[in-house]
Amino acid sequence: MANGRLAQVLERHRAQLSSDWIREQTADGVLRDTRIDEAELRGQCDEFLALLVRATLEGGTNVSGPAFAPVRDMLERMARWRGERGFTPSQTALFVLSLKKPIFSRIRVDFEREPGALFQEIWRATELIDSLALLTTEAFQRGREAVIARQQAEMLELSTPVVKLWEGILALPLIGTLDSARTQTVMETLLQRVVETGSEIVIIDITGVPTVDTLVAQHLLKTVSAARLMGVECIISGVRPQIAQTIVHLGVALSDVITKANLADAFKLALSKRGMGIGARTGGV
Amino acid sequence: MVVVRRAALEIRREEDMVRVRRSVRQWADELGFGLVDQTKLVTAASELSRNALVHGGGGTVVFEALEDGPRRGLRLTFTDEGPGIPDVELALSDGYTTGSGLGFGLGGAKRLVNEFSIESRRGAGTRVVMTRWK
Repeated sequence: MANGRLAQVLERHRAQLSSDWIREQTADGVLRDTRIDEAELRGQCDEFLALLVRATLEGGTNVSGPAFAPVRDMLERMARWRGERGFTPSQTALFVLSLKKPIFSRIRVDFEREPGALFQEIWRATELIDSLALLTTEAFQRGREAVIARQQAEMLELSTPVVKLWEGILALPLIGTLDSARTQTVMETLLQRVVETGSEIVIIDITGVPTVDTLVAQHLLKTVSAARLMGVECIISGVRPQIAQTIVHLGVALSDVITKANLADAFKLALSKRGMGIGARTGGV
Repeated sequence: MVVVRRAALEIRREEDMVRVRRSVRQWADELGFGLVDQTKLVTAASELSRNALVHGGGGTVVFEALEDGPRRGLRLTFTDEGPGIPDVELALSDGYTTGSGLGFGLGGAKRLVNEFSIESRRGAGTRVVMTRWK
């Protein structure tokens, strides 16, 4: 089988290929940063070459065939690993692409006396490496998408802090888009904290919410009603002039709710409702 | 009246609404709309893209920057292939809703812009065109 000749080249020169390949990669500057050390790179290269030799011996250069499954798995893992460590797509694809030159040199030596076969094997090697590089890039992309999905889920948790401003006064600073998934989390966290702290007043600050449409207004009203059922009074702060004008045109009735333009005013009101206040010390410093 | 620039966005998922809102704000800003007008346009677009997504099962929005003599405006056209609105007058009235919302979305959006029109036929989808002039 003609396919076998490339596999034989890979098998015969495996040790040499491995050291040439590592030299290629370090020359290209992958190692100049601290994201991967030489031992790790050597481990990845040796593992990949071993798998590649076995795959080409069994399955030729058909990278989508069953013989290449272990190679594909390894590339997938490697691409994700690099993606998570902040490698660029090109730096990740370079792992495979930098194997080209060492393989070509070995083929040239082995087929020196057969120009026809030399060309054929070089072409075969090119096709093989290129398809593997494409697989790597696709795996890298999938890894990135998985990271984004995970970050979105984390944001959902992170962006709903409930802070205690004073004894009996909680604040809920809302930031970003209030879609339905997030609002549910926000409401649950808030009501939970109300119970835990025994608070009587909650300030919901919407300074960081860019758009208040009818759905956002509805979510706010529901949160206020739920809190009220638990005996807690809500103040909505951060109602900027443009938001106020828009809400008036929308026709949503927020008049049952106490609203303030900024958090400081809301806090002052909350304190006075609890019979407290903040003032300059008499006599001064 | 001349259309100076035109672009379209798909509304297929909830994340797409975030993109629509951001684009409307950017277009309105580039056309020189003030903060209040920008907010009104973004809010109206938010209502209509949600309608297209929730009631129409997804759709598209076309952005058009308009010039009419000295006037400049932004026209947004929302199209979906959903079941349509059987009674447009009723749907525009405040407090009327077929879902679980407040029922202020469509009427509210109409009050936030200068020109507003709905074409809808049962089973043939809905098309809402709205324009705000500077």
